[in-house]
Amino acid sequence: MLETYIPIFVVIAGGIVFGIVMVKLNEWLGPRRPTDEKLSTYESGMEPVRTARERFSVKFYMVAVLFILFDIEVVFLYPWAVAFKELGVAGYITMTVFIVILLIGLFYVWRKGALEWD
Amino acid sequence: MDNVYLVSVVKFVMYVAIVLISVILIGWLERRISAFMQNRTGPNRVGPFGLLQILIDVVKLLLKEDIVPKSANKRIHDLAPIISIAVALSTFAVVPFGNTIEMFGSEVKLMIADVNVGILYMLSITSLGVYGLTLAGWASNNKYSLLGGLRSSAQMISYELSMGLSIIGVLMVSGTLRLDQIVLHQTSYLGGWLPAWNIFLQPVAFITFAVAAFAETNRLPFDLPEAEPELVAGYHTEYTGLKFGLFMLAEYSNVITASAVIVTLFLGGWHLPYAEYLGLSPFGLSILQILTFCVKVALVILFFIVVRWTIPRFRYDQLMNLGWKVMLPVAIANVLVTGLVLLVI
Repeated sequence: MLETYIPIFVVIAGGIVFGIVMVKLNEWLGPRRPTDEKLSTYESGMEPVRTARERFSVKFYMVAVLFILFDIEVVFLYPWAVAFKELGVAGYITMTVFIVILLIGLFYVWRKGALEWD
Repeated sequence: MDNVYLVSVVKFVMYVAIVLISVILIGWLERRISAFMQNRTGPNRVGPFGLLQILIDVVKLLLKEDIVPKSANKRIHDLAPIISIAVALSTFAVVPFGNTIEMFGSEVKLMIADVNVGILYMLSITSLGVYGLTLAGWASNNKYSLLGGLRSSAQMISYELSMGLSIIGVLMVSGTLRLDQIVLHQTSYLGGWLPAWNIFLQPVAFITFAVAAFAETNRLPFDLPEAEPELVAGYHTEYTGLKFGLFMLAEYSNVITASAVIVTLFLGGWHLPYAEYLGLSPFGLSILQILTFCVKVALVILFFIVVRWTIPRFRYDQLMNLGWKVMLPVAIANVLVTGLVLLVI
């Protein structure tokens, strides 16, 4: 059973090794002539003003929270979708109730303006 | 046991070689097509028709200085492109590119890893891709990069929902998480003549999935993370040399994988309609099916390229509105309607 996952580990390990080799190869082959201007942060040629470690719009955070809520819903739907034919009408009605509750949640968030970006 | 490792390593090396060759081809194709559409010539000097231009570009990038800004976080700055490329290369592992083939007296399944939760693996690995972009944006300590990274993470997680939900319709029709079984399920015929591809059974899911795939690969019209005019390339502004090249490589291999997944889930995978009536030997049929798969993937990639050079970029609020207020309700409605139709039939 677990044996079928060996190729996956090989592929992921291979991908990581490929990335590391390429980055190291570039460090090794490329020149290294640092100057102050070259190592400063790029800001369209102007002197950089402060750093990027500052506060940013809370909306990105809202999106992340909403994503977690709805993604759990999606994950919950997967086993139901695979066994859909066995579960029949009872399974469909149960899941419809669940989805409707989540749609009410989406509608609430929508009305509250959490999805507005202006 | 040793045999399994060896076979996987061989498959992986072959796979990486194929991906790199396809990236060279796609990069060339994209630059030639964009040039054609903008009334330019495009690369035509290196190799026949300029085919080797991308290869030369990679060599050039390899010989460039690797600049890490002073204020950047060196370790994470190095790590981000490695995550991106590792994720981009590992997603393809579960996609079947043919049925089975007779080789050296045994039946070989034409996929790298034959796991029973193929779709879940694919979804989980693609969602790891967001770490590469977000970490790249954050580690650069550059305002443009940070904005690009934030935008990309918000965009990718928003469209991941519609992507996951549109797959559920396919799962309800086929009743399995194995990608090879999903393809096999599409090899029958509806009413005796129409191939039972999921694009005919699940047209709404196909559209939402394709749109979400565009957003997940950060291609135009959804390329806000790198929007050149406003963010000067976004999350990879501070990257030079091959680390920048790895992001490009990851983008192109993501396009290949997205096309392959679209073909597998909706366009019948390796299934060539009526090919079983041609009377070919099993081996010949397998080869024909692999070719069919390649042609289908190439056509979808061509579609990606043509769309990129045809449609202008969305505004960010339009993008988020589309994701949350259109795609998500449509995808949920598709699940409910599919269930109802399946119960009635």
